[in-house]
Amino acid sequence: MGQGMKRVVSLKINGREVEEVVPDNLLLVDFLRDRQGLTGTKTGCDGGECGACTVLVNGRARLSCITLAASCDGSDIETIEGQAARGRLSALQRAFHQHLGAQCGFCTPGMIMASEALLRQNPSPDEAAIRTALGGNLCRCTGYVKIIKSVQAAAAEARS
Amino acid sequence: MTGAIGKPVPLVDGVEKVTGRARYTADLDSRDALVGRILRAPVSHGWILAVDTARAEALPGVIAVVTGQDCDMTFGVIPIAMNEYPMARDRIRYRGEPVAAVAALDAATAAQALELIEVEIEELPACYTPAQSRAPDATQLHDKKPGNLEREVHHTFGSVAEGFAEADLVCEEMFDCAEVNHAQMEPHAALAEYDPEEERLTLHSVTQVPFYVHLMLARCLGMDTSRVRVVKPFVGGGFGARTETLNFEIITALLARKVGGKVMMRLSREESFVTHRGRPATQVKLKLGLTKTGRITAVNCEVVMSGGAYAGYGLVTILYAGALLHGIYEIANVQYDGYRVYTNHPPCGAMRGHGTVDVRHAFECLLDRMARQLGLDPFAVRRANLLTAPMFTPNGLMVNSYGLDECLDKVEAASGWATRKGSLGPGRGLGLACSHYVSGAAKPVHWTGEPHAVVSMKLDFDGSVTVLTGASDIGQGSTTIVALAAAEVMSIDLGRIRVVTNDSVITPKDNGSYSSRVTFMVGNAAIGAARAMRAKLVAAAAKKLEVEPDEVECEGETFFVRGSSQSVLPFQDVAIAALAEEGTITVKGTFSTPVEAQGGKQRGGAVGSTMGFSYGAQVVEVSVDEATGQIDIERVWVALDCGFAINPLAVEGQIEGSVWMGMGQGLCEETHYIDGLPAHANLTDYRFPTIADAPPIDVHIVESIDPLGPFGAKEAGEGALSGFPPALVNAVADAMGVDVNFLPVTPDRLLEAMIKFARTQRRKETMT
Repeated sequence: MGQGMKRVVSLKINGREVEEVVPDNLLLVDFLRDRQGLTGTKTGCDGGECGACTVLVNGRARLSCITLAASCDGSDIETIEGQAARGRLSALQRAFHQHLGAQCGFCTPGMIMASEALLRQNPSPDEAAIRTALGGNLCRCTGYVKIIKSVQAAAAEARS
Repeated sequence: MTGAIGKPVPLVDGVEKVTGRARYTADLDSRDALVGRILRAPVSHGWILAVDTARAEALPGVIAVVTGQDCDMTFGVIPIAMNEYPMARDRIRYRGEPVAAVAALDAATAAQALELIEVEIEELPACYTPAQSRAPDATQLHDKKPGNLEREVHHTFGSVAEGFAEADLVCEEMFDCAEVNHAQMEPHAALAEYDPEEERLTLHSVTQVPFYVHLMLARCLGMDTSRVRVVKPFVGGGFGARTETLNFEIITALLARKVGGKVMMRLSREESFVTHRGRPATQVKLKLGLTKTGRITAVNCEVVMSGGAYAGYGLVTILYAGALLHGIYEIANVQYDGYRVYTNHPPCGAMRGHGTVDVRHAFECLLDRMARQLGLDPFAVRRANLLTAPMFTPNGLMVNSYGLDECLDKVEAASGWATRKGSLGPGRGLGLACSHYVSGAAKPVHWTGEPHAVVSMKLDFDGSVTVLTGASDIGQGSTTIVALAAAEVMSIDLGRIRVVTNDSVITPKDNGSYSSRVTFMVGNAAIGAARAMRAKLVAAAAKKLEVEPDEVECEGETFFVRGSSQSVLPFQDVAIAALAEEGTITVKGTFSTPVEAQGGKQRGGAVGSTMGFSYGAQVVEVSVDEATGQIDIERVWVALDCGFAINPLAVEGQIEGSVWMGMGQGLCEETHYIDGLPAHANLTDYRFPTIADAPPIDVHIVESIDPLGPFGAKEAGEGALSGFPPALVNAVADAMGVDVNFLPVTPDRLLEAMIKFARTQRRKETMT
């Protein structure tokens, strides 16, 4: 790096205020992983193909591998590391754990963050809505059966 | 049984995965590491005349450059077939083959350095198909391999001539299956650290078999194995891609040694595809003989695999393809001719269902078509050929437990076959296929005579039980199996057990995660270790209770005298008593394969030999769009005989994943090259089904209780895969009346086949 412009960005990551100087070409995923040590967010492809890097930006699911960190000035970023509260799993995390929505676990952070965005918008999604919301998140282990089940279980738990 | 096993249990390492705490290789702390990058060959075939690294080395921020000249040792998974260098030395054999590598202060500098390395190449003609490679004037890729034949195998059992003579119907067809890639979600990565003062190397990598990596690092770096340490962190899927040692693992180590420090190598998705080791493009010519009642009288099978540029796992792949013609049906007469051919493409290797998938596809398709001609139901023709366990197949494979009959019953009932077959309406159809897979190779390729698996166990002052295993959990849940086995045998809570895995300085050697060996072999070793520990605890309890050890029962973390409700000792008290005898207690369990499981005496007879086969049957329901050729999978019913489901939740997950991966191969997955340039080396062009396409999968677990399996268990992670593609093609035939002989059945290909079929039908009608 080194060449190119840099700027100061102020943003919130998992509720914590962060101010950093970042090069204009720094991707959000690299900012999170390399600068913040938040390696729960994964890089699974060469750009925008697999969804493993999904995080929430101002409550919406975004692919952090095709988002510039500099464009997130003033944003509220949420990653998988911010989902558990005082070490207790979120409804989605618990459901993915209990129903084996995660096998190798590599797609899981992105899958959970995309599901989180869905459930905030639509607390009672039908199966079609789940399939649509997770259409950009690839998994190679599960055949998706237990991922759908996990999201359904989390939604049911949140309703009860 | 004490209740730890046989019920659904979330993975013991699952919380780390859902919280993002699980560290995969690329997540490891690399702030003090240099960035490694690999320069790859721009041509498919050629002589390297010169590699000039001077300009790259002069670039500020570049710390080291390595080329083929830095390593003159070959590597490979099969001791007699190591013909690949970590970086090409004189000769490039596929586009994308590593030629040089750099270690730099940051990624941008590393990328810039690659552009400054000048490689002078004299191009050679390239061969991309077996036909091109086998042409008389083809350029030979390797010395001593005329005709570019890496390996040919010819096996005859019984008399096929007599078998075919006995048949009422003999048919022969040719099937073409495209090359596919594992496309595990985690791209390849390695972190190497070399300490020149201690002369020690540590490598963290994405491997399924750390032991192989360990051996190859020592070999290629000329180091004593005792100076090498290999650690496997969390791994984001493997599916066979990471069974072999891979070139980037050795290259990263070479760089780390050259810089005298730490190098992080993260391959791109494109590079992960180019590293390949996928299932080869395979052509299967299959001839079957059937009696009127559907009994198989003879099989003649010729397989040609497009293996890519190096030997890799090829020998085993081509042997498996023939060996696993056996072990599923009663077949006395089998002729197998296999040819694995070199081509100028990235090397193929092991992939889920290693060697068997494309042959099983051909077999189950042709069997179905012949049944149709004979007026037999697809279930009936398969039932006419069932085995009776225990038995040995003509090629010497031991079949100790066999639940295929029950699998057939389950999917027949669940799918409503009897009433729904033939009555689903236009464009819809049902198809059936069966499949099987080994539960571990009874003879490993690195034959040392050691036990196949060793599990160590420690009980200490805190009452905790630590289990040490070299078995690689790659998402399949093997760590959980080890913990469950220990909990069951010792009758203790899962929470008391911690499993430590995959660090060569801590955990015992294990042969790794391949050929679905872990549950069977490591599960048995874990049971052995737990029994040894339990015996120590029982002895201590007996002493305290002043009875003989055989009078002591242990259940639910307590020890007591059988038949007495008095004097119940809690686990902690017994543990302390046992420790008082000898201090920290360490025990181990091992598993060795019985001689009778190790296969036939013929050359290559060890391949396919196993302690127990899994068996599967599945029914696929499709609807086909006549106008576009688009196939929708409506539903899948699958039954798998996994012996016994130690963790039914994980077994279900494995079956669903296998079915779905078979669906990918059946419907859409294929690599593609343009003049050797990988054109599908990303997750958009290498298309596999998304959640939008994922069908409901109705899983039935069949438990045949294998006599040698841990608690009766066999494998569950591969057997169901190869049933899907033929069940799909059989369903398409049922829906559209068209038999297709290619994989994947993409809409364009199916449409073309349907148009051709309609034309032939019309011609037949006008003729009559």
